[in-house]
Amino acid sequence: MSLSAQIVNLLAALLLLIGFAMLAQRRILTLIHLFAWQGVVLAASTLIVAHGTGQAHLYFSAALTIALKVLLIPWVLHRLIDRLNIRWDVETLINIPTTMLIGIALAIFAFALATPISQLASTITRSTLGIALASVLLSFLMMIVRRKAVPQVIGFLAMENGLFFAATSATYGMPLVVELGVALDVLVGTFIFGIFFFHIREQFDSLDIRHMEKLKED
Amino acid sequence: MTTTTGIAFQLLQSLFVVLIAPLLMGWVNRCRAWLQNRRAPSLLLPYYAMAKLFHKDAVIARDASPLFRLTPYVLFGCMWLAAGIVPVLATALPFAPAADVIALVGVFALARVFSALAAMDIGTSFGGLGARREMLIGFLAEPAMLMTLFTAAFISGSTQLTTIVNTLAHRAFEVHPSLLFAAVAFLMVLLAENARIPIDNPTTHLELTMVHEAMILEYSARHLALIEWAVAIKLFAYMTLGIALFLPWGIAAAGDWAALPLAVVALGVKLALAGAGLALLESLLAKLRLFLAPEFLSAAFLLAVLGMLMHFLVRG
Repeated sequence: MSLSAQIVNLLAALLLLIGFAMLAQRRILTLIHLFAWQGVVLAASTLIVAHGTGQAHLYFSAALTIALKVLLIPWVLHRLIDRLNIRWDVETLINIPTTMLIGIALAIFAFALATPISQLASTITRSTLGIALASVLLSFLMMIVRRKAVPQVIGFLAMENGLFFAATSATYGMPLVVELGVALDVLVGTFIFGIFFFHIREQFDSLDIRHMEKLKED
Repeated sequence: MTTTTGIAFQLLQSLFVVLIAPLLMGWVNRCRAWLQNRRAPSLLLPYYAMAKLFHKDAVIARDASPLFRLTPYVLFGCMWLAAGIVPVLATALPFAPAADVIALVGVFALARVFSALAAMDIGTSFGGLGARREMLIGFLAEPAMLMTLFTAAFISGSTQLTTIVNTLAHRAFEVHPSLLFAAVAFLMVLLAENARIPIDNPTTHLELTMVHEAMILEYSARHLALIEWAVAIKLFAYMTLGIALFLPWGIAAAGDWAALPLAVVALGVKLALAGAGLALLESLLAKLRLFLAPEFLSAAFLLAVLGMLMHFLVRG
């Protein structure tokens, strides 16, 4: 195994670790920091793949990742939680050790699912496909078990990180046009979510999405 | 390597570990005192304290059963055995095939069960409280510890510690994400098992927050000295196990006696750094609430399992 493949494996492991840390995290502020760190790891692994394979467009996507997912979106989220004045603990539907155990089960499932697929791939990063899939599933789990709207959005953004990583590891990334489109979508999505937060809070006096499950006033 | 030199080395190494272990304790305490801007106690303070305790008369509760008297010796024996299995200076240990890593965890568990039983034997409330807490921490730390060791065992294809360390120490440099995860998990287990700060405070005087100290409140004189000594050996065994698994470079190969002086120097440097690191970690962290301990240890378990999975996924 070449050194760059080893480092990509290591970064993939870190990505998964950050995914688990986000799953276990109770504070929204730390959650945003973890999201930013996930972006850093993602950008680093993209850079190494770009360097190792000579795919020039991957440099652009790494730069895009840094600009958007490490700097801009975390900053927007920071502003948002400042404005909404929410910094305290996140409520989860299931307690955290149980969530972690479900997370392990999901990781095993993802690894088992990805092993036959990755044997078909010819990229140097093929073994990380399982990790990418696992981090997508973990973000999904995070969206399911969180009660408040902001952590759910962070889970959504983290899921996008996992998908991006999957694309890099399976096929050396999507074409630049697609990547630009996705990046723009994520950015616009974040802004729309931001506006939604204010509306939700105005309507229900809280960001707890349980209130939205009721259809009529009681 | 002739068997007699091997056995002689094995005996010498176990003796070395038992004699040097309190020094490590002294070093950790000294580093912590420096970090907290206190005047540091002497490096040899653990020895003085034990010598003082050995000269005192033991006081034993009226209701104590023979188990209570026996426990310090069992603890000391268990830790000595553990220290004999872990490759500290060289991987040539003729006694090591007697017990692999699973048995090593078993030896630690035996010591834990005995100390918990002895704590409940007297019937004081603090003893029972400490014993229950210790078992709570122990039953969560053990699987994490086993998973950590299994990760290393998978890489080297053996559960024999000497084989594992031989394989890990004498191979081409390779980045193992699985070992990285295992190392972090091992560190967390080390902190929990040795009653260090995020889980337990070794210097606490507040009975309500004690875990390990609450169990040995009733011990005095030579019994207490033996327990303190066993605690020091346990910390030493854990640290050398961590060094042997995750930073094995410099350990002497089987039969390579010329590498031994270098191995001693390497071990000294690594232990000094590890002790300082432990003191730093303890100064930076705050003690967790007891009810957060399961979360801490389940995180350790999670990391260890992830490490193992990672090994299967990326074959490294």
